[in-house]
Amino acid sequence: MDQQDVTVRSADGSPSLRPPAALATGLRRAGILYPFLILFIVLSVSSGPFFTKVNLLDILDQQASTLIVAAAGTLVLVAGGIDLSVGAVYALAGVTAAHMALFAPPGVAILAGVAVGLGVGLVNGVIVTAFRINALIATLAMSFVVSGLASLVTGGNLVIDYAHPGFADLARTSFLTVNTSTWTMLAVVVALAVVLSRTTAGRYMYASGSNAEAARLSGVRVQGIKLLTFVLSGGAAALGGVIDASRVLSAQASNGETTLTFTVLAGIVVGGTSILGGEGAMWRTVVGVLFIALIGNGFDLLGLNPLYEQIALGGILLIAVGLDAWSRLRQN
Amino acid sequence: MTRQAATKGTHVELADISKSFGGVRALDEISLKIGQGSIHALVGENGAGKSTLGKILAGVITPDRGQLLIDGEPVTFHSPREAITRGIVLIAQELSIAPALSVAENVFLGTEPRRAGFVARRALRRRYDELAATAGFELSGDLPGRGLRTADQQKVEILRALCRDARLIVMDEPTAALSRPDTQRLHQVIRRLAAGGTTVVLVSHFLGEVAELADQVTILRDGRLVRTAPAAGETEETMLSSMLGRSVGTTFPAKRPVRSDAPVVLEARGLSAHGVRDVTLDVRAGEIVGLAGLVGSGRTELARALCRAQRVTAGTVTTAGEPLTARRPGGRRVLGSQWPARGPHAALRAGLAMIPESRKEQGLLLGRPITENVSLASLARLSELGLVRRRTERRAVTSALGQVGVRVPGLGPSRGVWARRHGRPGQQGRDPGLAAPVSTLSGGNQQKALFARILLRGPRVLIADEPTRGVDVGAKRALYELLTSLAADGLGVLLISSDAEEILGLAHRVLVMRAGRIAAEFRGQAMTEAAILGAAFGAPERGPETGPEIGPERGA
Repeated sequence: MDQQDVTVRSADGSPSLRPPAALATGLRRAGILYPFLILFIVLSVSSGPFFTKVNLLDILDQQASTLIVAAAGTLVLVAGGIDLSVGAVYALAGVTAAHMALFAPPGVAILAGVAVGLGVGLVNGVIVTAFRINALIATLAMSFVVSGLASLVTGGNLVIDYAHPGFADLARTSFLTVNTSTWTMLAVVVALAVVLSRTTAGRYMYASGSNAEAARLSGVRVQGIKLLTFVLSGGAAALGGVIDASRVLSAQASNGETTLTFTVLAGIVVGGTSILGGEGAMWRTVVGVLFIALIGNGFDLLGLNPLYEQIALGGILLIAVGLDAWSRLRQN
Repeated sequence: MTRQAATKGTHVELADISKSFGGVRALDEISLKIGQGSIHALVGENGAGKSTLGKILAGVITPDRGQLLIDGEPVTFHSPREAITRGIVLIAQELSIAPALSVAENVFLGTEPRRAGFVARRALRRRYDELAATAGFELSGDLPGRGLRTADQQKVEILRALCRDARLIVMDEPTAALSRPDTQRLHQVIRRLAAGGTTVVLVSHFLGEVAELADQVTILRDGRLVRTAPAAGETEETMLSSMLGRSVGTTFPAKRPVRSDAPVVLEARGLSAHGVRDVTLDVRAGEIVGLAGLVGSGRTELARALCRAQRVTAGTVTTAGEPLTARRPGGRRVLGSQWPARGPHAALRAGLAMIPESRKEQGLLLGRPITENVSLASLARLSELGLVRRRTERRAVTSALGQVGVRVPGLGPSRGVWARRHGRPGQQGRDPGLAAPVSTLSGGNQQKALFARILLRGPRVLIADEPTRGVDVGAKRALYELLTSLAADGLGVLLISSDAEEILGLAHRVLVMRAGRIAAEFRGQAMTEAAILGAAFGAPERGPETGPEIGPERGA
């Protein structure tokens, strides 16, 4: 009887979408797309240099590493986790690859950088799944550990690869007038989008994030799926770090760090992927990250005071999270 | 035992109280009077309405119809807060003690004596000691809330009620988690409260306790009042017999006999887990075995242990002749033959599936599309190289939903609300109905969607935990048909239900659980509601093992 009334009351039958909920859901479903398009048009009209191939490709190139990290971060969030160590992993992988490039072939350096990230991701995943430690705290703690490791690798110095230009090929090779960094980003984003929306693993990620117990009882190995998302996140963060190190032919331990972590999270959440898990999509993350990039680009091109950029970004993030919370509240 | 409490006049009166939950009538025109300073017991089966009645008294639930009178004055409660201002407090089964606060702080939580915004510690201690003395409790106010025994936690709750000037305390199963000495002590406390003029409404499963403690007993059956009578005139037998027999005529599909050569598909031997002790049972192909027992008797724990959703401490489970060990389909044992399989995925692989007790918390992915909910357990079969074959999936889901009788709006001839609102008529490829979140389905259809998930998976054994809870009569009937036909096709079913009539109507055999064990088994003519209920309530013999005494005595 005790639980019965709880169950029964919600079983009244009719679809539960009342008008405010429908509005909230609708807003969230279309989400960031309209603001993005409006901003894009406004910038195209108000700033001459904005809508040029050079500027647009430049934005994509600059956002390549962020998008790669955010794409994997989307999987983590959908599966009900969170990864705050991506900034630190980005730095560690960057300095590892840059350091290796000093004496090893570029291919080996790149692989070493990514491997380090996969390793950190594995450790993150094991801590969260096997030891059942809250992902927020576990990855926060790991981010300190990893940052420390990055400083150990560099000894606090900037690693400079100007004498080894071969390392730059990873990011700087131009193919069909587009840099390889952009191509790599596209490949990673499309691959992870397919994983999320088309594979069984992707379905299990949504299921684990939506209702872990239900997923478990349906035979989903929830912990394994979560582990996978952390490994992918670590690998992607590392790839981002390696690409940026390759782009500028140098790296230091303070690269990325918390700024990248929070830019990535902001992009994912502004796109409309829920921080509570079980909902979200890759296109949202792409649009969310680019939206934030457009704001920065617009401030630059229009010569606005960059101080307001951060205030605007914070406000937008609050609105995005607020919409998410509001529509969930209405649904329940 | 009976004191002359009723003579002190009526404290609370209920007049024609009715309450329904989504078409299910929980209380039907209940009228009764509760005497000032009396101990008034509410008894009945699971789902008879006794907890609902207690919650109505305490303002947790507002009745649909009827009148509540306190001291002869009509009142309407919309929240527990309003009931508290009229001196009525509910002590729920789940106690709420803040572990970091002391006993005294817990008691005065929210009503602390204050000076300029700070808690006046000395005044708090003084008031606590006064209060404890009035109630006759010897419980130190300095003890930390953490680690208090259940009995002492209950005292804290009672003191909390008293410091809010409670004149009527509703206790929902106060002794369910207590050992015998603690139960005796709580009984003394309750008697002292009543002697001091506080009215106590006692919701209890333990008929012996009721007979011993209460002044008046109200027996409920199926949401209706059977009678209110002095407890002195009742025995456990008279109360039990009054709880029996339902008036509502639900019809059940005819039982199909189990073939005599049907193989055993689920076999548990000496299974022990949290809340389950040494359970041995068999389910054969085509057989529906009912698992009855009171809430808290270990039914759900047994179900979860069987399908490895909960750690098993001893015993074996065998599905379709194959021990549940962590083994890959190819036959290679991963962790050794004796290693118990971990996790429900291993049970599913061995052909054992479960419909969990709470479809919202354990069954559905509420925000996800219907398709994903139904295909979840069978994705491996519906995919190729890790990619979900979406057309195959849609076809399989549609057919499974058809089998369980879910008409998804947008599917088939009747286009429903969702499709009309978002109208994409005649669209072939993407079906808006199946893409709608599963939360848009009615309760009955949500439950059927869970059955469709299982059906698509095609297990050998199904454990259904309260499969008809919270669904309307029509959906119930459909689920009965479904269970019967699944069994006829060779599925072994273990049916857990609080509804004795449901078990009698569907099961070939019934096992009754009590205190974690199988207390009785009935089949054929011996399967009667009286037998099931008798075994479920049992004699109130509860040894110290239900609540071991740890450490030195702290309480009264």
